[in-house]
Amino acid sequence: MLREIRPAILVLLALTLITGVAYPLAMTGVAGAIFPKQAQGSLIERDGKVIGSALIGQEFKSDKYFHGRLSATLAPDPADSSKTVAAPYNAANSSGSNLGPTSKALADRLKEDVKKLKAENPSSPVPVDLVTTSASGLDPDISPDAALFQVPRVAKARNMPEARVRDLVAENTQGRLLGLLGEPRVNVLSLNLALDAAAPQ
Amino acid sequence: MTAIGWFQILLYCVVVVALVQPLGWYMTRVFSGERTFLSPVLRPVEAAIYWIGGVDERREQHWLTYTVAMLLFHVGGFLIIYGLMRLQAALPFNPAGQSAVAEDLSFNTAISFLTNTNWQNYGGESTLSYLVQMLGLTHQNFLSAATGVALALALIRGFSRASVRTVGNFWVDVTRCTLYVLLPICVVYSLFLVWQGMPQTLGGYVDATTLEGAKQTIALGPVASQVAIKMLGTNGGGFFNANAAHPFENPTALSNFVQMVSIFAIGAALTNVFGRMVGNQRQGWAILAVMGVLFIAGVAVTYWAEANGTTMMQALSLTGGNMEGKEVRFGIPASSLFAVITTAASCGAVNAMHDSFTALGGMIPLINMQLGEVIVGGVGAGLYGMLLFVILSIFVAGLMVGRTPEYVGKKIEAREVKMAMLAILVLPLMYLGWTAVAVVFPPAVASMANAGPHGFTEVLYAYTSSTGNNGSAFAGLTGNTFFYNLTLASAMFVGRFFMIVPAMAIAGSLAGKKSIPPSAGTFPTTGGLFVGLVVGVILIIGGLTFFPALALGPIVEQLAMTAGTLF
Repeated sequence: MLREIRPAILVLLALTLITGVAYPLAMTGVAGAIFPKQAQGSLIERDGKVIGSALIGQEFKSDKYFHGRLSATLAPDPADSSKTVAAPYNAANSSGSNLGPTSKALADRLKEDVKKLKAENPSSPVPVDLVTTSASGLDPDISPDAALFQVPRVAKARNMPEARVRDLVAENTQGRLLGLLGEPRVNVLSLNLALDAAAPQ
Repeated sequence: MTAIGWFQILLYCVVVVALVQPLGWYMTRVFSGERTFLSPVLRPVEAAIYWIGGVDERREQHWLTYTVAMLLFHVGGFLIIYGLMRLQAALPFNPAGQSAVAEDLSFNTAISFLTNTNWQNYGGESTLSYLVQMLGLTHQNFLSAATGVALALALIRGFSRASVRTVGNFWVDVTRCTLYVLLPICVVYSLFLVWQGMPQTLGGYVDATTLEGAKQTIALGPVASQVAIKMLGTNGGGFFNANAAHPFENPTALSNFVQMVSIFAIGAALTNVFGRMVGNQRQGWAILAVMGVLFIAGVAVTYWAEANGTTMMQALSLTGGNMEGKEVRFGIPASSLFAVITTAASCGAVNAMHDSFTALGGMIPLINMQLGEVIVGGVGAGLYGMLLFVILSIFVAGLMVGRTPEYVGKKIEAREVKMAMLAILVLPLMYLGWTAVAVVFPPAVASMANAGPHGFTEVLYAYTSSTGNNGSAFAGLTGNTFFYNLTLASAMFVGRFFMIVPAMAIAGSLAGKKSIPPSAGTFPTTGGLFVGLVVGVILIIGGLTFFPALALGPIVEQLAMTAGTLF
């Protein structure tokens, strides 16, 4: 038994250096050389400033922009660091709402949001992804239905014809991979960038 | 439910099954010490490790020595993770300036990664430095997975050998699994993940100014290298708090599909390794069939429940299923499938928040774990868990016909059955016992995020997941408290080692037995009758153990939900 102590220390250290140092550092070097953009987080720049990541959702509140999904992320309370406050799309602290199927808080929130959206666009059914929080709180996408639902509001706020806005939604809609995997979706940030490019404010 | 959803599920099963034979063939060669196409590169590294460690690769170990070597290996692993977490503020690769992690949280996390659980009481991007993620967590992701495979190999050798005292050499098994199986796959896999959009950088967090002018700090890091082994080794501990739901940790539908395949790949292929080593691949396929039956049943229930949505959503005419806590790019089918896979295997990564699943949709992950994670299961752990159930089933079948039970040429006797029962019974003792304590201890009750039966399910899920070394959570529960950090760690420890030691004792006792050729009275273990029997034994033992607890949680919640009751 005693002769197992030496390998317990040295084999462990050797494997630790290989898997914990050599492997991640080598992958960082290789990935940075082959896929530099993705390796750095798929950042998007406009006028030389980083405005976000193509993969990370951000909060949109203005009527002039398409809105993403609800986000339940939190941040430390500036007044009392032992508590947290709501901070939607906090990309340094991902999380979901974790509200269950019989949660009164969830039921109240759904009712309120559905009422608001119905007032905004009474002619279409409310898409479920517009009133539910995403798992990460950073979902960059909405469903095509959820984008089309917002077209009248955005067109009005920007003074654009609805058909033009609808075209932009169609251009920014990604289908399933090979028609099979995943779900059709619209990246909200890229749609809003296209919107800004089409109709500068 | 949609046709395209079911098609994705079917495609998944086809890909996993197609990988079983090639991967099983390759692993069998590796673990028998034969040359592979990677030997020219890796053999010198392997030899160097043995030389440094003073390991004689031809010297095999008695089961007890093998177990002691494994335990000593864990002591060192614990010290590395715990030390790194406590000292991270003073160490390099900490661009976000994370401070030292508290004692209880460090203890919980060290035990958690050591036992292949990877329970997240920490939030990756808000707690850990890049150094801890790489040197502490990535390395232990490899080694805990390799340990699981090594133990499964020892048990397989118990069946495949006759009249010997040894079951293999732990150091050789761990080194070979790490170098020849896990590492090469992870190198290719992590590059694929970066291509799909996963970050792999040592640079600090980036401050962006959003279109509406707000400041958004974007957490980055060496994500891909860790996620590759987190999935392949069924570890499941996320780089980020939201785990595989985070767009950086699972950017596309394709990355999601490949991640799901990689969770099952090694575990499923080990059934083939078993078949090859006992001399009949059909023995392996029969075991995989048992797993497959239970898996498909689970997927069907969860997908159906999630696609239906909750009563409150139906009342508001919201269609499209229960999207609370799910991501648009995965949708209902890929989220439901992922949840069943991650709990069937002991992975524990999540691409949707299980806490927000419907009552029945969330009950299946819970049941998967309570069945002992034998549906493919953790790498290695799933196979030795399943073999324990096989031993019991063979014993039951033997009782029915009044003959001494035997399996792949080995007589199953009192010692094996006792050890198998010990391993199987210790799990419910942990998760039911600690749940009972937690729900009457006020500070523990205060951690629940949801009221009513759902809060109870959060606690039951936490102890089930930690005992089963899964690591997924009903994440609303505030687990980072002194009480939960310690009790969850104890559940993880007992769940891992009180299963391993009896399994190793069985390996040792089987290896010493003579091999008997099959006779007319031997119960055939490659057919449908055997598969049905094992499925039955798993469901009956499981059902008797945890049905009462489920009745207080998800079952009563389902009834409350249909009645429109809210909490």
